[in-house]
Amino acid sequence: MDIRDMIAKRIAQEFKDGMLVNLGVGIPTRIPGFLPKGISVWLESENGIIGFNGLAKKGEEYPFFIDASNSFTTILPGGSIIDSGLSFGLIRGGHLDYTVLGALQVDEEGNLANWIVPGGRLAGMGGAMDLVTGAKKVIIATEHCSKDGKPKILKKCTFPLTGIKVVDIIVTDLAYIEVTDEGLVLKEVAPGVSVQDVIAKTEAALIIPSNVPEMKLN
Amino acid sequence: MGKLKSVQEAVQMIPDGASILINGFYQQGAPEDIIDEILVQKKKNLTLMNNDAGTATKGLGKLIYAGLVKKLICSWCGLNPLLPELVEQGKIELELNPQGTFVERIRAGGYGLGGILTPTGLGTIIEEKGWGTRVHLGGKDLLYHTPLRADICLLEAYDADWVGNLIFRRTQRCFGPIMATAADLVIASVVTPIQPIGALEPDHIMVPGQLVDVLVQQRR
Repeated sequence: MDIRDMIAKRIAQEFKDGMLVNLGVGIPTRIPGFLPKGISVWLESENGIIGFNGLAKKGEEYPFFIDASNSFTTILPGGSIIDSGLSFGLIRGGHLDYTVLGALQVDEEGNLANWIVPGGRLAGMGGAMDLVTGAKKVIIATEHCSKDGKPKILKKCTFPLTGIKVVDIIVTDLAYIEVTDEGLVLKEVAPGVSVQDVIAKTEAALIIPSNVPEMKLN
Repeated sequence: MGKLKSVQEAVQMIPDGASILINGFYQQGAPEDIIDEILVQKKKNLTLMNNDAGTATKGLGKLIYAGLVKKLICSWCGLNPLLPELVEQGKIELELNPQGTFVERIRAGGYGLGGILTPTGLGTIIEEKGWGTRVHLGGKDLLYHTPLRADICLLEAYDADWVGNLIFRRTQRCFGPIMATAADLVIASVVTPIQPIGALEPDHIMVPGQLVDVLVQQRR
């Protein structure tokens, strides 16, 4: 299985029927395709959609309806359109069950850096800082190491932060890690991956329980 | 019908140096006809407030590319490659706000509040740059932000009547109902033919016409 699909599939298992969730760009957008049978969630888009339902078919684009990635979108029956104030009221006010986002770096304290690479092109934080501050649970979906093989799960983030002590769960192609007050707990390893593999590719200290099961992906 | 003006007349009401709230998310909700006329009339030294920074050919991005903007307050500028260069060269001042902070500052400006307090941005660039000020209140650390208001608000609406009541469609709405409260002069560009008084269902109106000063009829 494609490792990005694998990460999406594992996170999809966390979702409960009827939840209100916001999915960031990249791996998180693959999650709806892997929701277990009988589970459906309301997808929130920062620009004021509850219940958006995937891209509009070619030729059926409605000119006044885009998602947070600037693509023409559609809405589920029962969905709603809200203004930006209410949209961020839902996000900051603790009404959003999960937000799933990518990461450049995440650290032992649950600090997250995901909006700018130092020296990289300036783009701005958009809604990311509000999402990680306000959602009930912040789930990070990321490859365990960066493209050049460096650990992304660090003792301390060095890139500009998106939020401090905000991350709850980190799911990578190697591991499922929970952020606790005591530190990062290795809860599961990906199929075929050993605990030692995870430790070797993680800069942060990991708390290793006596039993670390393999992720169940079926 | 007293609020109806041509796009030329409407833009003549915008002085050089004006601060302008422009609705739009990826410029959807932004009135392209009014922005194009600002280009024609070459309004200068503008301070713009918008979720993003448009593109070279879309929304307020066109004004940035034309060199008409001295300051931009936004949350995201990833589709405007010129903006970071202009910021680096000191030709434009950029203030970044988290999107939820941005909209709430505007709401504070329009609703007569003294500012906002939010945990968003604590320990980040928002605090480092002094765009928000850390305070300790009620046992919590929070960032204080001043309210945002502007001289002008520009937005696009789908339906309107002669009172100036506005209805948006889908994500054209975004910041519109909030921005319309926070400017001295609100100009709406209307997609469909402006309707007689009483034609719009009161329960459906998203911006009461008393907030809207000028209507421009789009030609399609």
